[in-house]
Formats: sequence, C-alpha cells, structure tokens
Amino acid sequence: MPPAPERREFQSTGKMREVMGKYFAELGRGAQEGKKTAWCTSVGPAELLRALGFNVYFPENHAAMLGAARMATDLIPLANARGFSPDICSYLTSDIGSYLKGETPLQKMGLKGVPKADVLVFNTNQCRDVKDWFQFYAREWGVPCLGIHTPRAIGDVTEPIIEVGAKQLEALVEPLEAVAGAKLDLDRLREVVALSRQCALLWKAVLETAASVPSPLTFFDGTIQMGPAVVLRGSQDAVDYYQALLAELKERVAKGVAAVEGERFRIYWEGMPIWGRLKNLSQQFLELRTCVVASTYCNSWVFDALDPSDPFRSMARAYSSIFICRSEDQKEQYIREMVAKFRVDGILYHDAKTCPNNSNNRYQMPQRLREKLGKPFLVVNGDLNDLRLYSEEQTRTNIEAFVEQLAEA
Amino acid sequence: MIQVMRCFCGVDIGASTAKLVLINESRETLAKAIRRSGVDYAAAAEQNLAEALSAAGLARGELRGSVSTGYGRDNVPWADGRMTEIACHGKGAFFHFRRAMTVVDIGAQDSKVIHLDDAGRRTSFKMNRKCAAGTGAFLEEIALRLNLAISDLNGLAERSTKDVTLGSFCTVFSATEILAKIRAGERVEDIVKGAFRSVVKRILEMDTVDGALVMTGGVVAHNPFLVKLVGETLGRPALVPPAPQFVGAFGAALFALERAERGDEPCS
Repeated sequence: MPPAPERREFQSTGKMREVMGKYFAELGRGAQEGKKTAWCTSVGPAELLRALGFNVYFPENHAAMLGAARMATDLIPLANARGFSPDICSYLTSDIGSYLKGETPLQKMGLKGVPKADVLVFNTNQCRDVKDWFQFYAREWGVPCLGIHTPRAIGDVTEPIIEVGAKQLEALVEPLEAVAGAKLDLDRLREVVALSRQCALLWKAVLETAASVPSPLTFFDGTIQMGPAVVLRGSQDAVDYYQALLAELKERVAKGVAAVEGERFRIYWEGMPIWGRLKNLSQQFLELRTCVVASTYCNSWVFDALDPSDPFRSMARAYSSIFICRSEDQKEQYIREMVAKFRVDGILYHDAKTCPNNSNNRYQMPQRLREKLGKPFLVVNGDLNDLRLYSEEQTRTNIEAFVEQLAEA
Repeated sequence: MIQVMRCFCGVDIGASTAKLVLINESRETLAKAIRRSGVDYAAAAEQNLAEALSAAGLARGELRGSVSTGYGRDNVPWADGRMTEIACHGKGAFFHFRRAMTVVDIGAQDSKVIHLDDAGRRTSFKMNRKCAAGTGAFLEEIALRLNLAISDLNGLAERSTKDVTLGSFCTVFSATEILAKIRAGERVEDIVKGAFRSVVKRILEMDTVDGALVMTGGVVAHNPFLVKLVGETLGRPALVPPAPQFVGAFGAALFALERAERGDEPCS
C-alpha cells in the first residue's frame, strides 16, 4: 500500500504569518502608542470599532489559540473553580483561566499578555455566553461593556430585525466615541465596511474553490487560513492576503492538485472545530483519502450583506444573517445548499458539549437532512476546547467506520 | 495428494478481551481463541493465533488472509487488513441472520447500535458517548460495589422477584444509589436486575431499533438474562448468533476471506 499522503502546505501561509504577526504586534504596542483597544466578539461591530481608530482584539480567536495550543484543558478548571460551570462555553472558561493564570500563547509572540481592553463590545448573535464573558473583564478592569442584542432563531432577516440591529449599532456610537476620544468619520466607516465586504467575498471565493473535484483545500486548512478574515476584516492587509491565497488555490484547481491525495469521499463538517485535535483529525482524513471539503464554521465569516452605501443597516443585516442565529429551517436550507454546491457524500456533526448554540445535531437535524438528501451522517461527541469531553479512540473509530460506510454505499 | 487447507483469520482486540476466529473457505469456523487483551495487544493476538492454529491442527503457512478489528486493530503486525468493529459486528451478525436488522453490540467499554439493510449494507450506526453507561464497564463497577464476581450477575438477576430502579445512567451516581438501596434493605438480586435494566434503558435510548434485533458482544454472551430483558422491553425477540462474543472476530475473518478472493494487497 502506498505511504499515507501528507498535508500540502500553502505557499501563502508565510505571508499569513507575517500579516497575523503584524496584527498582534500592533495590539501589543497599542497602549504605549496611545491607541485604545476594543475587545469585540467575532461577529460584533468590528467595522465600527476599526473606523473609530481602535485596535480591535477578538478573544474568541485567543480562545481558539488556547485550544489549538492544547493549553485550554489545563486552564478551564481555574475558571470552573471561580464559579464558571464546566458545562458552559469552553472558550469563555479557557480564556478566563488563561487570564487568571497569566499564561497565553501571545507571550510567544512577544506580547506581555492579552491586551487590556478600554471597552468591550459584544453581539449576542452567537450566544449569551459572549456577554457574560465580556462582563467578567468589565468588572475586573472597571471598563465599559457595551453590546448589541440580536434576536435568535431568525427566519427571514426582515425589516424589523434589521431596524432593531441598526438602531442598537447607532446607539453605540456615542459611548464608543467617548472611549475613543474621537468622533466617528462616516466616510472612514464606509471605507472599512467596503474593505470588510471585500475580505468577506474573497474569503468566500477561497472556500468555494473546494467545490472543485478534487478539492484544493480542506476544512482543516480553512481553520488556519481564516485567521485574517476573523481578526483583520476591514483592513487592506486581509484583502491583500486573500487575493494571494485565492490565486494560489486557483492554480491548484487548474493543475488538478488535491489537498487530499487520491480523494475518495467528500465530507461536510457541521459545528465547531475540535481545536486541540485538528492535526490528528486532518491526518486521519488524509489517511482515509477523504476530504472534509466544507464547513458551516469557516463560512461563518462570509458577510456578503455588507454595503458601504448603507453601513449601519447593512452591518445589522450581515450580523443577523449568520448561521448560528438562524431558525432550524434556515439552517437546514443552508446545509442543503452547501451539500449540493460542494458535492458532499456525508455530513459530520460535531456535538460540542459546551457549545449548544453551535451544535446542530440536537434537534433532529441530521435525521431530517438524511431523509431529504439521502446522505449519511455521523455525530462526533467532543468539544471545541475542553478535551476532557473528547474521546480520541471513539472518534477515530467513528470516523473510520463512517468512511467504511461511504465505501460500502 | 495432500489437500492443503486454506484458512482465514479474524482478530478482534477489544478493550477487555482479544478474540480470534479461524474460518475455512466455506466460512465454517475452525477454531476460536480468547484471552485478556492485557497491555501487549500484539502478544495477545499472537498467542490467540498459535492456540487456534493448534486447536485446528493447522500450520501458520495455511493462513491465507487476516483482518484485525477492535481498539487494538492497529497493533496486529501480521494482519493483512483492518476494519472497524462496527463493520465486523455487522458483517458477522448478517452472516447468521440474513435480513434487515439492528445489531446491538455491548462490549466492555462501548456499545454500538448498527443498522443494516436487507443486503447487509450499513445504513447508519451509533456508538455510546464517552461514558461507561450501557457497557460492560458499568456492570463491572456495580459488581465491585456489591462485592460480587462479574460472572455471578446473570444468575442473581434471574432470581430477582422485585423491580428495583436505578434512576441514573451515570456509573458513579448508580453506585451511590446502590448504597442507598442496600441501606433500605433491598435484596442483592433485585439490585442487580435493576442494574441490568439500567443498561437496557441506556442502550435503547441510543438509537431506534428497526428490523430484526440481533445482539452481540461479551456482555450479551455472559448475561442471557439481559438479552431477555431487551427483548421484553422492545416486545420482540432478541436474536443471538452463535458465540456472540466472537461475532466481531468472525466478521473480520469473513472480510479476510473476501479480501483474499478479491486479491487485495496487504494494508501494511
């Protein structure tokens, strides 16, 4: 039997490390350069914060780093001991554990620690936990915690939903100006929204190259490549990066270069990544010659509703349109379209113990979609960051058995 | 002219025991072997193979193919192929009962519910979560708490005259509940049957049961009363193949034979 294939690295990855390094260096220098730092949830009003001149820091990105660095499982108990239940978001508990212990992967990048917030700005479009998370730090540091409360289980994104979001965004301007010590320049906001939209569309185009057979990239590549889309949307650096990455991917497609050598099956990943096991999972799928071609997760940073001519309303629309805050019907329709677009053979649902909002197997969706699409599914029990909730052996066997099943069909 | 026998081997290295089955080209079982998996899976597989070959009066050179399965499937250096225990239990069970079925396998560390169509193709499967509830480990813990040998459980449960309910699926919580039942003066027989019922409930909440119900695995092999309880609960008979603890190894042997028939290359 030929040796197991190896993961293909992207030439652009070096550039990504540069871009991300520059971003974190700027965050580290923020206070000494007189820049204010705003913490923002991943689908919070980053465009508004950037337009006001804040350095924008995303603690969810930090939490994912804690997971990927396999630090999270040791840090979570520190937060548990302070009253944050082991059953709630392990991004929250690992990040707060990191703060309590004073240990962060950012120290390896030359930062003293996480950049202290001058203001924390959340959007509950993802879950309530982000607000609880930010309020902890607001109490610790005595800084304001502001936010947007987005409805959940949204069907169609209707006018009243956009209206309520836009009104809340507009109401943030004054208190944020007070922290920033500067007035909002509407033209600058339009410029940032335009860059954010451009980044989102390029990121979408990057992900859509995986519709080619064989796919030039995997979900696991996506979890690495999404860094700039998460932390640098609204900046030219992110746009430049994704233009380079897209060119490389198009070249792969033109040459028929597969991310998974000998691709036999194509799988859709629904739910959160298991950050501390990405490498093992990526390797297992490589060995099984099965490509996880697409995911809801990586596509969660595609904000194509952004419109510089109508910044507040379009931000409200974009933030309310994300998968996680939509109704079951909308989610189901979304996955159906993705399965068709990416020519998927089966769906893997990650049931993340501490992330009920982003575990979509709990209300019979796998069974309904199997009925409608005739595609088999697998549920993997695990967690985004808390590896105490994950069984390596069970997952390995489950995935192997699922691929056997695809082969049998 | 001397007739050379062609035999095929399936080896199932489970969390608790290593099972091995040798079959001939007619898919008849020639010999079986079982021992604790221990900490050296390769040695357990090797010893089982030597024992089974000896029992069948065969030489190693007559082995024409082998497939490993179970948690230790990667630790059998001489296996030509490997398959998951989910595939192998399905394969073995379908060989005995050729119809659409749901296979319920209860092993030492995990339980599986496997759905097969009427051609034996797997349509879906589910393993237990990372939890001992509904597995042999649960019963082992209960036996320990009651100071009983695991082999005594089936006989005791059969003698139960009263329903005692253990409310929790959690092994630790159930053990605490058992202490309360003992304090309340409940009989050991009734507590053991309550533990059996707890396993049954956990298994049946994992997935639906469609078609024939077939049960396999070590817990099934050693606890026929538990099988009876599953049948009673579902209102249909639970079919048990011969040597239920060896069904995974038998299925692996069938895969080995098919690999040889196709002329597949060894996987490593």
